[in-house]
Amino acid sequence: MTTAPFGAELRDVVVRYGRKDTERALDGVTLSIRPGTITGLLGRNGAGKTTLAALLAAFRRPTSGSVLVGPAGGPLDDPFENPWVMMHTQLVRESGDVWGDSKACDTLDYYADLRPDWDADLAGRLLDELEVDVRKSPDALSRGKRSALGAVIGLASRAPLTIFDEVYLGMDAPSRYAFYDALVADYTEHPRTILLSSHLIDEVERLFEDVVVIDRGRVLLAEPAEDVRGRGVSLTGPADTIEPFVAGHQVLARQHLGPTSQVTLFGELDAAQRAAATQAGLEIGAVPLQDLFVHLTRKSSDLKEDAR
Amino acid sequence: MFDGPEPIYLQIAQQIRAQVLSGDLAEEEQVMSTTQYATTFRINPATAAKAFAGLVDEGVLYKRRGVGMFVATGARERLLAEHREHYFADVLGPALVQADLLGIPAADIVDHVLGRSTTPRTPSYPEA
Repeated sequence: MTTAPFGAELRDVVVRYGRKDTERALDGVTLSIRPGTITGLLGRNGAGKTTLAALLAAFRRPTSGSVLVGPAGGPLDDPFENPWVMMHTQLVRESGDVWGDSKACDTLDYYADLRPDWDADLAGRLLDELEVDVRKSPDALSRGKRSALGAVIGLASRAPLTIFDEVYLGMDAPSRYAFYDALVADYTEHPRTILLSSHLIDEVERLFEDVVVIDRGRVLLAEPAEDVRGRGVSLTGPADTIEPFVAGHQVLARQHLGPTSQVTLFGELDAAQRAAATQAGLEIGAVPLQDLFVHLTRKSSDLKEDAR
Repeated sequence: MFDGPEPIYLQIAQQIRAQVLSGDLAEEEQVMSTTQYATTFRINPATAAKAFAGLVDEGVLYKRRGVGMFVATGARERLLAEHREHYFADVLGPALVQADLLGIPAADIVDHVLGRSTTPRTPSYPEA
């Protein structure tokens, strides 16, 4: 790789759409994507993930605010109509961005010409492994094979900024795992910035170095994955024993099972609180990223409902 | 693998310490590279690197430039000493608390440890 991994900065980004521009796909997003990381982009359907990806790849412009993309350590630029930045940015969307009615190998030739760091050997190996027949047209391929073709284009482009927007759709489990394996292996040898959006959080969370959670066009969370994992804590035990530990924390969920309660808290317990909780006979547990995500995004939508 | 509540890098470090303790990883033996670790366990390479860096700081592993990571001489002995120190507090302590809770007399436990227990190896106590 000749070009350093790209970083990205978004400041106060708003994207409006719809009649009279009243709807907001993104509503004041300020965010940094650290160069050289695999960053997970998580959000519910309609949260704004795809709009964010389209901005970074210069497929569209924000209504207001700034989007800057560029190599680590170098100046960041507006990617829109910026040939150099666009050449080094690969977005793989659900649609695949392929010529549906001509042979898949024609699309591959196109990307090979377009991306300066394209690796044809890697593409060939992955296409074999994922059993994609490049003599067929993408329209003639199954949903899963079409997605696999997109995944191969994303990996083989070796672009300093590579964005996979729900690339796994229709891919069966063995193909998805082959994709994750190829991603980790190739990223380790050719470091670059990878933004990966997925609803299959359990499958991909360990691949992430950073995690961004967006909900209703806003950033809920953007930090190292390790910190996110430490964000939630669950306490299990007698209800009245738990209550003193709940004070001062945001409660994400509360479940009662007879005399036993389980409370999921947003926030950390310090060492003293942990010791005290254990002493009191409470069980302290971790909250998987997927559960934390479900709680966080449900919470924020509930709040909006309440406000109406 | 790595499903515990602790951060993944700590779980990786713990797994390697356990392998050194058990002798599965001999001293001066090369350990998997960050890349091999990341691809084998499908985790972010930075997470694996953080685990290895921690083990280097602890003196369990050391780095040979351009070659890889190796288990340090004396690492097993040091880990044994540390784990022995914590054995009573961390392992036996909770087991004895549980025995109290179940109403198992200390004499039974001693008998069991000394192998002169009359109860089967997996003792079943009558429900109180």
